[in-house]
Amino acid sequence: MSSDQMHNDILQVRNLCVDAVPRKGKPFAIVNDISFSVEPGKVVALIGESGSGKTTISLACMAYAKPGCVITSGSVELDGMKMLELNQSEKQLARGVNISYVAQSAAASFNSALTINRQVTEIPVIKNLMSREEAEKKAIELYRQLDLPDPENIGKRYPHQVSGGQLQRLMAAMAMICDPKLLILDEPTTALDVTTQIEVLQAFKNLIHQKNTSAIYVSHDLSVVAQIADDILVLKDGKMVEYGPVEQIVSNAKQDYTRMLIDAAHVMPDTIHPAPVNTKQETPMFEANNITAGYGINHASIVLKDVSLRVNKGETVGVIGESGSGKSTLGRVICGLMSPKIGDLILEGAAIPGALKQRSLEQLQRIQIVFQMADVALNPRHRIQKILQRPLEFYFGMSGQEAKNRVIELLELVELPASFMDRYPRELSGGQKQRVNLARALAAKPDLIICDEITSALDTIVAEAILDLLQDLQDRLGITYIFISHDISTIAKIADTVAVMRLGEVVEYGSTSEILTPPHHEYTELLLDSVPDLHPGWLEKVMAKRLESA
Amino acid sequence: MNITHLILRRLGIGVATVFIVSLLVFVGTEILPGDIAHAILGQGATPELVANIRARLGLDDPAHIRYFRWLGNLITGDLGTSLANGGSIADDIRERAGNTFMLSGITALIAVPLSLLLGLIASTRPGGIVDRIISSTTLALISVPDFLIAVLLVMFFSVYMGWLPSISSLRGGEDIFKIVRALTLPVITLVFTVLAHMTRMTRTAVLNVLASPAIEMAFLKGVPKWRIILLHALPNAIAPIINVIALNLAYLISGIVVIETMFNYTGLGRLMVQGVITRDIPLVQACAMIFCSIYILLNMSADIISIVANPRIRHPK
Repeated sequence: MSSDQMHNDILQVRNLCVDAVPRKGKPFAIVNDISFSVEPGKVVALIGESGSGKTTISLACMAYAKPGCVITSGSVELDGMKMLELNQSEKQLARGVNISYVAQSAAASFNSALTINRQVTEIPVIKNLMSREEAEKKAIELYRQLDLPDPENIGKRYPHQVSGGQLQRLMAAMAMICDPKLLILDEPTTALDVTTQIEVLQAFKNLIHQKNTSAIYVSHDLSVVAQIADDILVLKDGKMVEYGPVEQIVSNAKQDYTRMLIDAAHVMPDTIHPAPVNTKQETPMFEANNITAGYGINHASIVLKDVSLRVNKGETVGVIGESGSGKSTLGRVICGLMSPKIGDLILEGAAIPGALKQRSLEQLQRIQIVFQMADVALNPRHRIQKILQRPLEFYFGMSGQEAKNRVIELLELVELPASFMDRYPRELSGGQKQRVNLARALAAKPDLIICDEITSALDTIVAEAILDLLQDLQDRLGITYIFISHDISTIAKIADTVAVMRLGEVVEYGSTSEILTPPHHEYTELLLDSVPDLHPGWLEKVMAKRLESA
Repeated sequence: MNITHLILRRLGIGVATVFIVSLLVFVGTEILPGDIAHAILGQGATPELVANIRARLGLDDPAHIRYFRWLGNLITGDLGTSLANGGSIADDIRERAGNTFMLSGITALIAVPLSLLLGLIASTRPGGIVDRIISSTTLALISVPDFLIAVLLVMFFSVYMGWLPSISSLRGGEDIFKIVRALTLPVITLVFTVLAHMTRMTRTAVLNVLASPAIEMAFLKGVPKWRIILLHALPNAIAPIINVIALNLAYLISGIVVIETMFNYTGLGRLMVQGVITRDIPLVQACAMIFCSIYILLNMSADIISIVANPRIRHPK
């Protein structure tokens, strides 16, 4: 890179180091000697697992460190301005004007007490860059560019009155209102449904190109990044692994870790899950027949309409759908957390009651559920041993040495060391916590486990390992799974049968190979088309196809 | 559920609570030991006179009939006649209520804005020197009972310094200067007792909101700190703060009984205490109902303000 080019860079980060400073104990490095630059109009992606320091780096570009973190050394130069040397009020002046930020969860990051316009236009108005009228006009223009419905009026609403995908775009409008030199997008599509994700991605991409804005795009998902970035910086444990143009990283990765990321990306697997050998079993392990259920008094608002599915022993049925499809409600009905209004639940040929309270101990023990958020599902004040011992006491009356041995066995089953027994959940990583969560279900020696989005909150590599574990457990113990997910690529890897759900109904149901080979149901097709491909240019192709069919 | 529905339901609950309270007040005074007729007649109670008075006051009727008669009178504004002096209780109360509302009103006008201000100042730099001073002072004030504060204030300002009167009885017709002098010590005492709790809750509520991603976002988009606290954090902290304000104003209304007695202030609280001393049951009942109704009214207002302040309820999808 010549010195002339360097001078033209919008952002230059040199030897950036960030430390975490815990209340007790020594500070330790979470970002270590990172250097990169962003050229005008280019998008640089920071990619890595959680804990790789990608968000910390992007925030450091704004000269901001989260509470408990300190930027220890290095320089950040934004269009000639040395960000780290500014004082607090100078930093606040630059933020929102020269450099702006789009957070992961727009739903949490918008202030629920103020209208959207109020928040979008706040910065130019309070910094006297525009009058309120000018700012609102500009906002409406941005809403239009971002393909938001009813651009004239959407800003008059409150955040809770618009959808998640719309909020994410509105947050981009908020970030772009002062035409910043650099835009930071921190996992902006991770919390969205796949079909919404590509629309939002396309809207961001168009806007960045139209305005010729430079951007940093933070993500853990390589296939998403491939659609929007020019350069990719791969991070692991706060250190740089690989840095180069997208094509080079995707098709010619030099580092093993990058290749692991590529393998674990959320793309459709080359080979789908092999069809089960004995499809014609006498009695299926579990059947749900014509389930209708809803929330409120007397199931006032129906969320499941006439849903049926069956799964044979030792097999996996995948339930796929977007948020609001009723897939999690189905899981709750099956494990008894919610009684159906109409319909039967049949466990190995025998009907079981809908309500948890009416089920026998044996029926309870045979059906277990694993929730998405291990963080919330594990009691933070109990050690792992106590967490795993509870179901052992409850179902089998185990205690003392016998229970302890079984806990060690369970930890072994989920490939965790026995020493984890004495740890608290907070001392475990996300993937390890999910393994404990799974071990707790296994403690009951269940026949059927309902897995509700258990890999959705995990990094791709960790999620891959959990899927392998599930498969291994099924092969060894013959457990049956009902695997609920919004991600069709995950389902393709693990399920024998698939139920595609939309708005509380099963729209397509069949073996995985049937579902995944054309012709597809319209909605299945939409879901399949929304799974990003690793190759740059995929996004444009899909969007063109959608325009055509619309 | 829409907003009018929610507010109407809350109003309904409020009214129902007042009725339950009226029942409790009635039962409470009913099970007090002693007989009213005997209490009125004192030493000169002959069986005939007692029977006479019982008949006149309707004391021989069954309890539920007396309850409904009392309640009916209460609703129509007839608070009954005092057993002690035979005068109309409504007149007595009218005379005193003004003083009580003046004392509590002035206290509220000082304490509420002051505690909001102190709470906000403390929340700007949690753990800073200002925050620590405010937090430790308020903690100290919470820990000291109000009558002790009153005694200490009187000892200093009235006994040692001689600046202010230790007795604040108003008989009507005083000039403004005298009223101010009379009110100063009771107002300071009451402000001290309610200020601390409100300040601490404001601080906590604002700090809770400040830890949310929405506030981090506002900071990252370059909003100055004072503006974040006033415009971004405060609207979200309104509901818990309003609740604490209401609770403290309600406490003020009941705490005033102690303070009025301490300072010999001619208000409702002292009237009620006198009623207890003279066994003037109808007067005690009337005062209790007034205090309880204000308490319920304040809490109900807080809930309704919380409902109205919630954008999710105000602007449904």
